[in-house]
Amino acid sequence: MGAAISIDCITHHYPGQEQPTLRDIRVNVSPGETVALIGQSGCGKSTLLHMLAGLLLPSEGCVRINGHQVIKPSPRWNMMFQKPSLYPWMTVRKNASLGLIFQGRKKAMQGRIDELLETVGLTDKAEVNVQSLSGGQQQRVALARSLATDPELLLLDEPFSALDAFTRVALQDEVTRLARARGISVVFVTHDIEEAVAMADRVLVMGSNPGTITAELCVDIDHPRDRNSQAFVDLKAELMGHFGATRTPPADPQQTDESRITTPEAAAQSPTAKAVAGESRKRARAA
Amino acid sequence: MNREATLNEPNPALALLLPLLRFGDQVRRRVQYPALGIAGLFALWYWGGWAIANNEDTMAFASFAPGPTLAAFWDLVVSGNVWKPIESSLYRVGWGLFYAIAIGVPMGVMIGYFLTLKQVTHVPFQFLRMISPLAWMPIAVLAFATWDGAIIFLIAIAAVWPITYATAHGVQRIDPMWLKVGSNLGANPFHTLRYIVMPAIAQDVFAGIRLAVGVAWIVLVPAEYLGVTSGLGYAINDARDTLEYDKLAAFVLVIGIIGYMLDAICVRLIKRSSYHAEG
Repeated sequence: MGAAISIDCITHHYPGQEQPTLRDIRVNVSPGETVALIGQSGCGKSTLLHMLAGLLLPSEGCVRINGHQVIKPSPRWNMMFQKPSLYPWMTVRKNASLGLIFQGRKKAMQGRIDELLETVGLTDKAEVNVQSLSGGQQQRVALARSLATDPELLLLDEPFSALDAFTRVALQDEVTRLARARGISVVFVTHDIEEAVAMADRVLVMGSNPGTITAELCVDIDHPRDRNSQAFVDLKAELMGHFGATRTPPADPQQTDESRITTPEAAAQSPTAKAVAGESRKRARAA
Repeated sequence: MNREATLNEPNPALALLLPLLRFGDQVRRRVQYPALGIAGLFALWYWGGWAIANNEDTMAFASFAPGPTLAAFWDLVVSGNVWKPIESSLYRVGWGLFYAIAIGVPMGVMIGYFLTLKQVTHVPFQFLRMISPLAWMPIAVLAFATWDGAIIFLIAIAAVWPITYATAHGVQRIDPMWLKVGSNLGANPFHTLRYIVMPAIAQDVFAGIRLAVGVAWIVLVPAEYLGVTSGLGYAINDARDTLEYDKLAAFVLVIGIIGYMLDAICVRLIKRSSYHAEG
């Protein structure tokens, strides 16, 4: 059973910043739904995700999961990060078991972890130190670790962006399949338009300064999704259109939402655009 | 070329001999440089002994040379007289290190974790650290009922700093994501310490302990010059008073050997506690 989430009028100020990072965000996610948050660097999508996880509290408004206000992290809603952040002194099995150990559920652990490692295809690596695994395999261990505690909600913070293209596609499909099979709700943050269309039931486009939801798009394509189908390609194009139209010039923050459409030159000069460019350069170097 | 030729010959005697030769080769490669270093030290010592013996001002100390020293060392081992002082000294170093670890590791974790605490403790701790432990001797003698207590205190106060700062350094290097993932998985503070912080810093802690063992072993000997009637420091002082210079040098040798062994144990512990993949 997935979790129902309601994000109620969240506004967030980081100390020392004049503009709110997030302003008046309202979103509902129904049980079992997969929602993508897409936007440029610095639009606050990661901040929002941290709030869903209970790792950060909003300055105003609140997040409710199944009607309960989120005030701290819980193994019932689990977050996966861009880096797998496995503990290098542990085996694959120990890493995957940690959530259960922390919950004191050691009894049925062995069987459960065996089953999960089989699901993510790492049965033969169970007793291996995680440092010997590839990036994709490490992210699979992180996935098993997140699923071990039977979460109702999975939060993904660009979890596949550091992987090579083949592994990325495989993991996108795998997470979608697993989440649908178990009825887990998923909220994920991404830069990648294709990833959003491939995984999500609904895509929320975020604009920055302050972070708001500027567009919403339903993805009505049956699973498993064919990435070359016309519907898929059309949706990608439509989303790209939304995305291009939400760039904000930094010059006049008083502008209303309707007047945001700007020329490419203005967008190129905006600090967010530069940040995006810088980040993609970094990625290229890392790859 | 010759070697390859022999390798290809189907001679059963050679088949047995070759692994042996290969083993011998490995051993040689592992010991040749350390052996060279040891030989160099002996040569220097031998030359020093020769120089002392040939200078009429220093002739009285001729038994510092390797010959008499090694003979005295052998006597000490055979008679069993070497074990008692070693036992007393290791007892004091052991307890001193125990207290240093018991205080230094928790203190280091806190200093590494709380930036404020680091800033608050910086001046007083660096001040205290630079005071020779032996400067505390008169105070230690007043404060502790027994000489043993005073010496253990001196060792502890010397050894606590490397352990504290190595631990703090380890804590500061912990990947913040590890803590975030931990709390996200529902770890309580005990879990965080037991499953994340301690394994992450184990190697740094042992590196600190290795430094501490070195300092403690150095402080031990001068601390044992005073008051006590046991231990390696006392044995050296006693040998000087009775003009048994060969015995004195033999105890110096014992101190060096045991210190080397303690250090080797620490190196082993550091390696075992490292989580970095081999190679």
